Formats: sequence, C-alpha cells, structure tokens
Amino acid sequence: MVQRRRLLDFLPHLILLIGVAVVAFPVYVAFIASTWDAATISNGSMPLRPGPHFAENYYRTIFIGTSSSTREPVGTMMLNSLIMALTIAIGKIAISLISAFAVVYFRFPFRMTAFWIIFVTLMLPVEVRIFPTYKIVADLKLLDTFAGLTIPLIASATATLLFRQFFMTVPDELVEASKIDGAGPMKFFVDTLLPLSITSVAAMFVIQFIYGWNQYLWPLLITTKDNMQTIVIAIKKMIVTQDALTEWQLAMATAILAMLPPVFVVVVMQRLFVKGLVETEK
Amino acid sequence: MSDVRLQSVRKVYAGGVEAVKGVSLEIADGQFCVLVGPSGCGKSTLLRMVAGLETISGGTCSIGDREVNEIEPADRDIAMVFQNYALYPHMSVYDNMAYGLRNRGTPKDEIDRRVREAARILEVEPFLERKPRALSGGQRQRVAMGRAIVRKPKVFLFDEPLSNLDAKLRIQMRVEIKKLQRALGTTSIYVTHDQLEAMTLADQLVVMNKGQVEQAGAPITLYERPMTIFVAGFIGAPPMNLLDLPASGLPGLSLASPVSGPVTLGVRPEHLELSTEGGALAVEVQVTAVEAVGAESYIYGALGGQGPEIIVRIPGRDLPAIGASLRAIARSENLHFFSRETGIRLN
Ligand SMILES: Nc1ncnc2c1ncn2[C@@H]1O[C@H](COP(=O)(O)OP(=O)(O)OP(=O)(O)O)[C@@H](O)[C@H]1O
Ligand SMILES: [Mg+2]
Repeated sequence: MVQRRRLLDFLPHLILLIGVAVVAFPVYVAFIASTWDAATISNGSMPLRPGPHFAENYYRTIFIGTSSSTREPVGTMMLNSLIMALTIAIGKIAISLISAFAVVYFRFPFRMTAFWIIFVTLMLPVEVRIFPTYKIVADLKLLDTFAGLTIPLIASATATLLFRQFFMTVPDELVEASKIDGAGPMKFFVDTLLPLSITSVAAMFVIQFIYGWNQYLWPLLITTKDNMQTIVIAIKKMIVTQDALTEWQLAMATAILAMLPPVFVVVVMQRLFVKGLVETEK
Repeated sequence: MSDVRLQSVRKVYAGGVEAVKGVSLEIADGQFCVLVGPSGCGKSTLLRMVAGLETISGGTCSIGDREVNEIEPADRDIAMVFQNYALYPHMSVYDNMAYGLRNRGTPKDEIDRRVREAARILEVEPFLERKPRALSGGQRQRVAMGRAIVRKPKVFLFDEPLSNLDAKLRIQMRVEIKKLQRALGTTSIYVTHDQLEAMTLADQLVVMNKGQVEQAGAPITLYERPMTIFVAGFIGAPPMNLLDLPASGLPGLSLASPVSGPVTLGVRPEHLELSTEGGALAVEVQVTAVEAVGAESYIYGALGGQGPEIIVRIPGRDLPAIGASLRAIARSENLHFFSRETGIRLN
C-alpha cells in the first residue's frame, strides 16, 4: 500500500517536472544566449552556462538598441508596451465594471438588447474587424498615438460578462440595505460593489495586462514611427531573415526583458488572482 | 408621532401577479405589529412597500403625518432588518453600523457615540473591529439590529429576522427584540412564520391570506375569537379541530344546542377534556395515535370510529392505548361556528 502511494505521489510529480522542464528550458537557453557575444552564438557551439557579457548585452539592449533593425533602445519600447498594456487593462476593467453595473442594477429600456450586443462582440475580436477599425483610427488621425493603439482594444465583452456574473451573485439585500442607508447608486457602486469585486478585478487585471502586453498585430498596423514600437514587435524585427545579421544576443535579451513585466504582474497579483478565481468575499 | 397608516394598499408585480390586494391597517405610535400568514401571501411585499423597496401600485402609505408613496427609502426614516442580515461583508462591524449615519452627514463624534451606545446595548462591543464573516449567526443578527437602532428611525421593519437562528437563540433574541422595542418605543412591523414569535411579540397581530388581511387585533383576541375559518386554523398549535357539520349531524358528535345550515364547528385541542359528563359539545373518538411532548400529550383520534380526525390535548403522560374509545367534552364558550360558504364566524 505504502509502495503504491509512493508511486502515485511520484508519478504526478514526474509529469509536472517534465512539464516545467519543457517550459523552462527554452527560457533558460534564451537567457544564456543573452549573456554571450554574437560570435559565440553564431558559430553554433554556445555553452549551456552563463557567459561573460551579461551587463554589456543588457546595457546595449535597454539603452542603445540594435544597430540596424529596430533603431530604438528597448527601454523606450518597454515603456511603450507598459503604457499600452496598462491602459488596455485598466481601461477594459473600468469600462466593464461600469457596463456590468448598468446591465445588472438598472432597469432601462432595451437593457437585454444592450447586454446581447455586448455579448455578440465576443465574436468580433480585433483581428476580425481589423480593416474597418484601422480605417476609423486612421480617419481620426490616431495612427502612431497611444489612443489609437489602445482604445480599439479596450472594448471588452469578456470582462463585462465576468463582472456581470459576479454582480449577480451579490445578494439583492445589500442593494436594499444601501438604499435604506442613504447610499445612491454611485455610492453603492464605490462603497460596496467595488470593494467586493476587488479579487475579480485583480484576476481581470492579470489576464488583461498580459493580453495587452502580448498584442502584436494591432501595434504592427498602427505604429510606424520607431519611437512608438512595442517590445513584442521589436523581437520579431530583430530577427532578420538573413540569419547572420541577427544580433542574437540582443534579441534574446529583449525576449527575456519582454517576459519580465508579465511575470512580475503574475507574481505580485498571484494571491489575489487565485482568490478571485476560487472564492469571493461574501 | 410615528404611526403607520396603510389605506387600500395594492401591489401588482410586473407580469400581473397581484401580491397585495387592498390592505388597510393602522399601526399606532410605538406599537409592535406582527404580520403572519402562509408562504406567498404577500407579507414581505407589504413590508417592502412600507420600506420603499417596492413601488406601491395603489392606495396610500403614510408614516407619521406624511404620505410616503413617492419618497425614497432613505428619506422615509425607517430601518430594516433582513432575514440574511445583509451586512456589508467588507466593512467592520463598526462601519456597518456607522455607514447610514455617515451618508446622512452626521458629525463624527455623534456617530461614534451612537454606535458605541448601540454596541453596548446589543453586547457586540468586543467585535466592533471584526468583519461580519468572523461573527456567529446570533452576533450578526445583533449587528443588523444595531445598524437599525443607531439611526433612531421612526419605524423598524423586520423580515423574518430570526429564521436563520437555531431554536434556542431564536427564543433569546425574541425576548431581546421585544425588550429593545419596548425600551426605544419605536413603531415596528415584523414579518414571521413562527406562531410563537407572532403571539408573544405582537401588540397587534395581522393574519394575511392571499394578499388580504384576514383579521387584525390583539393576539389573544385572534386566539379567542377568530373571525374566519382561515384565522381559526392558522393561529394555534396544534391547529384547531375544524369539523364540517352536515344538517344530519355527525356520528359520534353531540351538541347541547343543535345548529342549522351548513356550518363548520371549531374547537381547540386544548379546550377538549376527557370526561364522561355532558358538555356543550361531546365527541366520541377512537384513538389512532398519541404524542407525548413532555408536560402534555396529544391524542389523535377518529370521530365516531371512522370520521374526521380530532386532536385532544391532555395534561401529563397518562396515555390511552391505541384503538381505545374516549369521550371528550368542551364548554360552550370554547366553541367556534363558521359559515361553511363564506368562512365567516357565526357566533
Ligand atoms: N419581484 C416579484 N415579481 C413577481 N412576483 C413576485 C415578486 N416578488 C414576489 N412575488 C409574488 O408575490 C407573492 C407574495 O410574495 P411575498 O414575498 O410577499 O410572500 P411572503 O408572504 O413574504 O412569503 P414568504 O413567507 O414565503 O416569505 C408571491 O406569490 C410571489 O410569487
Ligand atoms: Mg417573505
């Protein structure tokens, strides 16, 4: 029995370890590559231990950039990506909270119609409506601006649905107690609903921040100026078709840098995130 | 003055359900009014209309000398205690009680004074900094009461406030609510399912049925002189024996002064006593079941051997054998006669 137990304990761990290795090994290789010089990498015999060029490579990546392909330090791109991801995440959450609040707590004409229209946009992600959306953004002269970069990505049915589901589980009596306690709708929203939603908001923030950070197609279309590039685009641009011209050590450093903010967000928000997915403060 | 007056108040829900069909009630200043009735009879709806949580479809509701039909709940000067307490989960006990006062712009030191006073009265002082989830059901109940009393409202509204508590705590809180209400002298409307709560708390007991008031009055009046068959059957536990008397009479039942017409006779189990003497009413029953509940026992029997069931309460635990034939009598002042067509009291 004990033997069997051991085996049963061991097997899942083995599977998990293999999974971790599969995920972590490429990241490790990328990190190693970012610490050697271009020559070592391109002659095909890069060792699996950190090299001597860590500081130099990261300094060049962040403050100078590649010499030809991106023409802009990665620091600027990270800032661009950060602004974009934060704006998208915060914007989506703000809009979704308010629209879910309206749909759940107010009886206005065509309420369900409004809800279904929001719902249907689930079927229309940016990729599907990319041409008309691009046209609108271009006509509004929002190309190469953060507004153009973020606003079309902010409208979000997913978050609205999530918050709607959450709001529907909040007991009606809390609204009624608030009414009797002299709190108007906005006061109820701010004083009661928001504090109760905080874990869902955190979960949403993690998901949407990563969604925003990883955007590729839309920034590619909207940004033309070098100083508006985002880091995800930069990685792609750095890898030039003639392999020899790629400054692999910088591309890898950029990849590592691109991973850091999402990792940071997940680690910081992890506790709230998990709480938001499994329980609610009620 | 903070009396509550309802004049032919009606409620029609969207979808056409008429939940309250013209209720008129007067609840005097400081009076404790209890609403009882079967599930779905419109008690909560009526209470919520007084609170302003439901719109009033017809008639008027006044609190004090002000008609409140169109007034927001916050401005009606009422406080409500909900069945599930509805405490704000993210606020401390102190904030839960202070919230309503803060929204009204009460000065800070006044809020503090009132909250601490309420906490003292309700014995929740040790928990002021805790969140509701860290309290037991009874403590939450007290906090909910505290939230109501700090506001010093004109009217307290309770919707089955004790139904989530266990039996012992329920009795304890019932006594406390009554004491508190007496001490504060605040007009109260209280909805309950519990007979005992209704009888013990009420100055005015209102029995509702199908959206209408069947009878309103002092609890003892409703017990002694129920005006309809419904009230007769609803008030009292175990329920009153109700027997439909055909013109020919029932086998095993004899009345000293016979009645005519289609009549329903009512007599409470506690008003029947085992005796061989004559009485205004005498029934012969064959015992089908017995229940000993401690100081008293209930005998279930079939009238005349196979007629309708009759319950007799006897003191003590001296139980007859199943199948035995017994004779029970009742005095004339304990007999209730109702018209079988209209359900209205005849005597
Ligand atoms: N929002 C609503 N829309 C439509 N009908 C409703 C609504 N609320 C209640 N009703 C109906 O109104 C009637 C009275 O409901 P109410 O809640 O007042 O009953 P109650 O006497 O409080 O019952 P209980 O003792 O079970 O709480 C019921 O038939 C119910 O189905
Ligand atoms: Mg109810």
